[in-house]
Amino acid sequence: MRRQMNRLPGYVRQHIAALRGIVVFTVLTGIIYPLAMLAVAQTAFHDKANGSLVTYHGRIIGSSLLCQEFVSAKGAPLPQYFQPRPSAATSGASNDYGCDPLYSGASNLGPNNPKLIAQIKARQKQVSAFDHVPISNIPPDAVTASGSGLDPDISPANAAIQVDRVAAARHITPAQVEALVKEYTTGRALGILGEPVVNVLLLNRALDEKYPV
Amino acid sequence: MSSAAAGWLQLGLLVAALAACYLPLGNYMAHVFTTDRHWRLERGIYRLIGINPDNDQKWGAYARSMLAFSAISVLFLYGIERLQSYLLLSEGMKNVPPALAWNTAASFVTNTNWQNYSGESTMGYLTQMSGLAVQNFMSAAVGIVVAIALVRGFMRSKTDRLGNFWVDTTRITIRYLIPLAVIGGIILMAGGVIDNIASYHTVTTLSGAHQTIPGGPVASQEVIKQAGNNGGGFFNANSAHPFENPSPFTNWFEIFLILVTPFALTRTFGKMVKDTRQGFALLAVMVVLWLAAVGGISFFESHYNAGGATAAQVAHGATEGVETRFGTAGCSLFAASTTVTSTGAVNCSHDSLTPFGGGITLADMALGEVVPGGVGAGLYGMLVLAIVTVFVGGLMVGRTPEYIGKKIRPAEMKYAALYFLTTPATVLAGTGLSIGLRVPRASILNPGPHGLTEILYAFTSMANNNGSAFAGLATNTYWYNTVGGIVMLVARFAPMIFVLGLGGSLARQQPVPASAGTMETHKPLFVGMLIGVILVLIGLTYFPALALGPFAEGLH
Repeated sequence: MRRQMNRLPGYVRQHIAALRGIVVFTVLTGIIYPLAMLAVAQTAFHDKANGSLVTYHGRIIGSSLLCQEFVSAKGAPLPQYFQPRPSAATSGASNDYGCDPLYSGASNLGPNNPKLIAQIKARQKQVSAFDHVPISNIPPDAVTASGSGLDPDISPANAAIQVDRVAAARHITPAQVEALVKEYTTGRALGILGEPVVNVLLLNRALDEKYPV
Repeated sequence: MSSAAAGWLQLGLLVAALAACYLPLGNYMAHVFTTDRHWRLERGIYRLIGINPDNDQKWGAYARSMLAFSAISVLFLYGIERLQSYLLLSEGMKNVPPALAWNTAASFVTNTNWQNYSGESTMGYLTQMSGLAVQNFMSAAVGIVVAIALVRGFMRSKTDRLGNFWVDTTRITIRYLIPLAVIGGIILMAGGVIDNIASYHTVTTLSGAHQTIPGGPVASQEVIKQAGNNGGGFFNANSAHPFENPSPFTNWFEIFLILVTPFALTRTFGKMVKDTRQGFALLAVMVVLWLAAVGGISFFESHYNAGGATAAQVAHGATEGVETRFGTAGCSLFAASTTVTSTGAVNCSHDSLTPFGGGITLADMALGEVVPGGVGAGLYGMLVLAIVTVFVGGLMVGRTPEYIGKKIRPAEMKYAALYFLTTPATVLAGTGLSIGLRVPRASILNPGPHGLTEILYAFTSMANNNGSAFAGLATNTYWYNTVGGIVMLVARFAPMIFVLGLGGSLARQQPVPASAGTMETHKPLFVGMLIGVILVLIGLTYFPALALGPFAEGLH
């Protein structure tokens, strides 16, 4: 076998070695390595490795890492829920309002694109009417789409402008809502990494649990 | 604490972690490439591949082995993509269409990881893990070993041998990349990155709607995607996706993974040529330009009025395309680090950055991916520029052009010049053709100068093997798939051949003792000159194109 191979021209031998090489390395780095890592993930980090799934009354309702839409069948935002950021993750179908994990992504609209500017102004008007706040008080994350379209969080400022509306829809006091918002606010990691955030799904689940509509 | 203060502390923590790993990892890689001992596992691999590990190769043979391995890799990956629906774990994904499969195969083998597809709707789990992720390892390994072959050109004298491609590739994979991926992957899992092979499943949401939750072996791929400076996302949203990058900590750690190896390779270089001061000098150049990029992008994203972004002024913040948990600081640090290396992963939409912030990401790539650049590719690119600098220094002040004890003669300068010219030629030709022709021009999303920037960014990214995108440009077309694949292959492998030729030419020389006329290449003067040469070369090459794109938009 070896002697036969040596009789082949050099470039053929090189390519045979290359083919054997890619097969060997595919087995090592493409099968053994990922499967070993999968085993570690599923035993040591079971919940996280499966997507940090969230349950409500025993049924899985989503992931704490993925936003979901809180809208009526016609797409109007539901006042009893905190609203996530605008999302560009949509199939484009008329009943897909965003936060669709099959279409993760950003708007990719440029910083001076008239379309983006018009979108932001329209969202400001909508939020202003929905939450009864002046446009100058609306935080930027409430009117801009996230990078993934699946951002599970909003800024504490964005949560704050929604408190009164949620409280009114649930017939409770703003202080009761504020207490829950505080509970689901996470500060910067190690005090310096990232930004403080409020997880929308976990907050809304807590609201449904404690103060059902 | 203010966001700005937290951002600077985050950067400080990153610098500290990188500094702590610099010596041990750099020394370790030098040991990996210089020891005579083969591991038993490695001997087994050599036997399976059918090569003799003690066969020291000439530069031509080294290059042919590298090219053969890469060519077969493209075919192999193309085959997996085209046949994925017949394979296990395809998750119902169809076979990838020919043009897209070609582009993706070229993209992953060249360490570019430009993506004209969205992972969650195109690639099955097996294609991701046994096709794409394998190239995350192997393309990184190939980049490193080519750099090491060039370093051997400086180490050795009066020989025409540069080492054995198979031994170098096997060792860096077995002894460095896989262990790094295992440790880093476990840290990412602890941080919440998913890793499963569950099928996509649909759940009823809290308010009664439906949502499909994807899965995948993500953590094992994410870690090498960053550490190998590949950047190809498991999902379309790449490192902005919460399943790839769930928290500010994982974000910080992924940036660390991006930078740790390319910086440490300057130590490997210093150690191998037995003059570690030379490694520190190159490191200094890299760190200065990296920090300048971080500072620049952070400044323009947080001062969006100066950045020239109307949308951010209307919204009172440059948050379009930015995840809440990362914020402007996390986005800017990531954007700078992913574009000064050849990574190209993104955690925020580069298309939506302010004109000047986005312009810096473009300029970062145009620098030729040398500060610190891709794993290996950054080191050999920087060494070529160092050679150009001693040559320029020789012309200016009459010094003998020498670098690390080797003379820089016409032969070396020809290789260096060819190396430098390849990338701009492919970038500007690709951009010019795409703007000039009607069909590729129709792919532009954003109007005005921003549209030119989208195309310029695409070709700069592909030709520098970065892979990040101004993603508004619709590139899953016959034109961009085909031309992009060619651009990536030419701009990756032609320079590699010149680098190996340069290594061969250097290795044949007898070392020249340093004299009074030798420029000291470890002193601040040289560091400053090297930075100057990099900026002047890039400025002269790309200034007209940058002026018509980001500058025109930012100053309108």
